[in-house]
This record gives sequence, C-alpha cells and structure tokens, in this order.
Amino acid sequence: MKLGLVIDLDTCVGCHACAVACKQWNTSGTTGPLTDYDPYGREPSGVWFNRIRNFEVDEYPNSKTINTPMSCMHCDDAACVTVCPTGASYKREEDGIVLVDQSKCMGCNLCAWACPYGARELDEDQGVMKKCTLCVDRIYDENLPKDERQPVCVLTCPTHARFFGDFDDPDSQVSSLVRERGGYAMMPELGYKPVNKYLPPRQRPASPMMEKREGGEKESLIGKWMKRQKDAFNSLGKGTH
Amino acid sequence: MHPALSVIFFTVTAGAGYGVLFLLGLARLTRLTPEASPDQVTAMALVGLLLVTVGLLSSTLHLANPRNAWRSFTRFKTSWLSREAVFAVLFYPVCLIWLLFEWFTGNTVATNVSGVLTSMLAIVVLVCTAMIYASLKTIRQWHTALTPFNFVLLGLLLGALILNLMLAQQGLTSDALEVVSLVLLLLAGMVKIIYFYWIGQPAGPTINTALGFTRATVRLLDVGHSSDTFHTKEFGYQVERIRLIWLRAISVGLAFVIPLLIVTGLFGPVNLPTMLLAVGSAYAGVLVERWLFFAEARHVVNLYHGAQRT
Ligand code: SF4
Ligand code: SF4
Repeated sequence: MKLGLVIDLDTCVGCHACAVACKQWNTSGTTGPLTDYDPYGREPSGVWFNRIRNFEVDEYPNSKTINTPMSCMHCDDAACVTVCPTGASYKREEDGIVLVDQSKCMGCNLCAWACPYGARELDEDQGVMKKCTLCVDRIYDENLPKDERQPVCVLTCPTHARFFGDFDDPDSQVSSLVRERGGYAMMPELGYKPVNKYLPPRQRPASPMMEKREGGEKESLIGKWMKRQKDAFNSLGKGTH
Repeated sequence: MHPALSVIFFTVTAGAGYGVLFLLGLARLTRLTPEASPDQVTAMALVGLLLVTVGLLSSTLHLANPRNAWRSFTRFKTSWLSREAVFAVLFYPVCLIWLLFEWFTGNTVATNVSGVLTSMLAIVVLVCTAMIYASLKTIRQWHTALTPFNFVLLGLLLGALILNLMLAQQGLTSDALEVVSLVLLLLAGMVKIIYFYWIGQPAGPTINTALGFTRATVRLLDVGHSSDTFHTKEFGYQVERIRLIWLRAISVGLAFVIPLLIVTGLFGPVNLPTMLLAVGSAYAGVLVERWLFFAEARHVVNLYHGAQRT
C-alpha cells in the first residue's frame, strides 16, 4: 500500500478548515500536543502539520489565485528518514506513512532541514520533531464507522478538495483522479518522489487575453554573461532589486 | 539558514583540533617536526584533543532533546550525522593508543601505524561533518562537492597554523610545516573564492517548480501564518547585501590574507607573537566564514514563503 492525499487546487478555496481540523484532532491524538506558544498574546504561534498559502499565478488580467494546502507528502524517497541519526524518523513498510517516534528523537532538526516541503516542525516545549501522521490513529480505528476512517482534513474540507487513498491500487479514487486530471508532484526535481499529488486548476473558457510581447532583441554572449553576473549580485542576501 | 552559534563554534574548533591531530599523526613519518621530543608531540596532541573535545561538547548544545543523543550512534548506515558521531567517538581510543606509543616508545613502527590511523580518522570525521550539510538537496549552497573540500581544508589550515604556533612556543621551527601552511592557505582561500562565485550563479528550484506552475509568473499573496513559525525562524534568516559583501571580504582577509602575509615573513620574522596573531586572525576569519556558510544558505522552503528562487 502507498497511502497519501490528492489535493484539488481547482476547488480549494483556502479556508484553512483542514489545518484547523488537523490541529484539533492531532493535538489530542497520539503525537499530541501540537504545542502553542503565547496562544492568547500578541504573537500567537505554534506547531501545525498542515499550512495553507495563497499565490497568484500569471499577470492581470490572466491571473488566478491558487490556494496550496501543504502537509507531509509521505515521500517515496524520504531524505528526512535517511538523515535521521537516531532512527526516530521512519517510513512504514506496510503503507508508506512517514512517522516520528518521539521517544527516540533528540531534536537535532536535521530532518526538517532535509524536507523540501516544510512538513516538519520542532515542538520547542517538548524538544522533539512533529509532523503529519496521515491520521494513522484514525484510518485504522475499527471503532469508527467505515467512511470516517480517513484523515480528518479530508473529512472536514467543505469543498471536497482533498482525497485519501492507496496510490498502489490503480483503481482507487486517488489514482484515477491523478490519471484523469493530470495530478502532479510539487518540486519533483529534488527527487523525493512525493506521494501526495496536486490536481491543477481546470481549463476554463478563455477570458479576453492581453497580448504578450514577444522576446526582445538578441543578446551578445558578453551581454548575457554580464546580465547573469548582475542577477547573481542582485540575488545576494537581502536588498532591493 | 539561521546561524546557530553552537554549531559554528563546534565545526570550527573541532575542525582545528582534527587538523592539529592529522598533521601530528603524520609528523614522524613525513619528518614534519623532526626535532620534537615524544613529550612535546604528546603535549601538542593533547591541545588538539582538547579543541576537539570542547567543540564536540558545544555541538550537543543545539539539540532540543540531548537526553536521546546516545541514540545518534544507531543509524550509521544512512545518516551522516550518525556516522560523524560514531567516528568522533571511535577517534578517542585510537588517538590515545597512538599517544601512548608516542610517549613511551618515541618514533617506532607502532607509533607510526597508530599515528596514520589517527590522521585518517581525523579526516573521516571532518568529511562526515561536512557531508551532513553537503548531502542536503534542499540547500543548494551546501549541496556541492566544494563543501567537504572547504571543511577539510579549513580544518587542516587552522591545525597547521596552531601547530606552527605551538612549535614556536617551544622554540622549535619546521620549514616543512611552513610550506604546508602556505599551500593550505592558498588552496583553502582559492576553494572559498570559487565557492562564493559558484553559489552566486542562478540554479536550483524556483517558486514555479515549487508549486508546479512553470509557464507563468507566480507570486505569494498570503503566507498563511500571522507570526513567526519554526520555518521562518530556522530558514528565513537573511543578511543585508552590503553587510554580506563586507563579511565575505573580512573572512577572506582574516582567514587567508593576514596569515599569508605573516607566514611568508612579510610582517617580519615568524616567531611567537606573529604566529599568535596569525592563529587569532585565521580562527576569527574561519568563524566568520562558517557564520556566512549558514547565513548565505537558502533553504527551498523559503519558496513557499514567497522567495522567487533559491
Ligand atoms: S514531505 Fe518532508 S517530512 Fe514528509 S516524507 Fe517528504 S521529506 Fe519527509
Ligand atoms: S530531529 Fe529527531 S527525528 Fe529529526 S533527524 Fe533529529 S533525531 Fe531524527
């Protein structure tokens, strides 16, 4: 089995309900608490397994808002597991879920450094690493009705933008969604083979388009090199471009 | 990346200690310090061992849960951090056996064999430390073969200068060691300058590949959190550009240029006070270098916080 999530960027409205439900379930679950720092103060902060960001793709008037919920991708090639010196981080043989055994973790942060997707957060109070468990304490719980044996984020999502299932089964809902809708992995070039997939926004009837200007004049080799160096300089540290 | 002082101090100080022990382990065989007596070699090696120990102790300061540190010996097969821990501990008995031979038997075959073993282990630990960083695909400024070269060369460089200082303190001189220091200064300086150039070149993931929208511009509208998170604190650190350029110049000046001027004798004869200056300057320079190594590293998570590229 290869369990994971499919997230539909077409329907996600960025409401953060999945993140809140996740926090609620997991803070009292087996990996809890998801510690909060200064929860009623000026700068409330804390551990979350799932974070939602909003982006704008393309330029006006062709722009579109994309909401991206992100949690652990339960990568096939999970460097967070291989870098862990204590064996606290592990990937389960039977279903591919990546977990942290908190009784073994020494809080070195190396796994969080190795994760490209920002899926791991140190609990500063307990000194151990925490991350999405794919609700491992729900999905196998035989006391729950069958249709509730799913990650709580999937159950909560009001627009039904999240799906849970087995990617090894070609007939599962997640597999067919990926096949039919062109589901893709984020930042695939790092080679972590993330299991979670994202469905791109659907094609809509074309809205009036602005002409895009064709690329400018040809540049000389020297000019290109100098531009590269200028870009390199401009990308140093912090500063205005 | 957030530059954690305990890790900076650890990598520089332990690196210098391993540098001293590497050179001393080979000193008899290569006739690096021909006149030093067994007592003197042992004493100098103990200084190296002290540096290593102080460094290693400080490295545990950045652990959030040091009670489980002993478990870090258990994942030798996959984790460079585990390998570093194992070799760093293995280093002690080997080094002590060598020192016993050196102290009691002087320049014998047993001393040389155990000395070479000690030297090899010192390099292995340095490489393991560097590979912790170099193996991370998420930070392109670290994920390069230059990283282990850099760590090893700078460790050896500090080791060579400290050894020079200790020889001068005992009224000994070694032409061979001065040549070694010169070569290390030039080589390490060159690798560092290549590194600065190399990390400036555009490469690595961008906000487009991070989100999978590669045919249009992408910009962050809202990052989704209202105050600092673990990720902004750990990975969000950035230095002002002007400060960065100054710090690069300062680190190269202190670590390579000033020691080079001293070792080549341009500041007058090479003696105890000038060597003291060289060691102090190089140590400070490498500390700045290591601080920059962290501060200049840009983790790909920043792309999800709005950075356009790494
Ligand atoms: S998303 Fe990060 S934490 Fe999750 S498996 Fe992949 S590398 Fe590990
Ligand atoms: S923080 Fe914990 S789980 Fe992560 S690499 Fe270190 S010991 Fe392993």
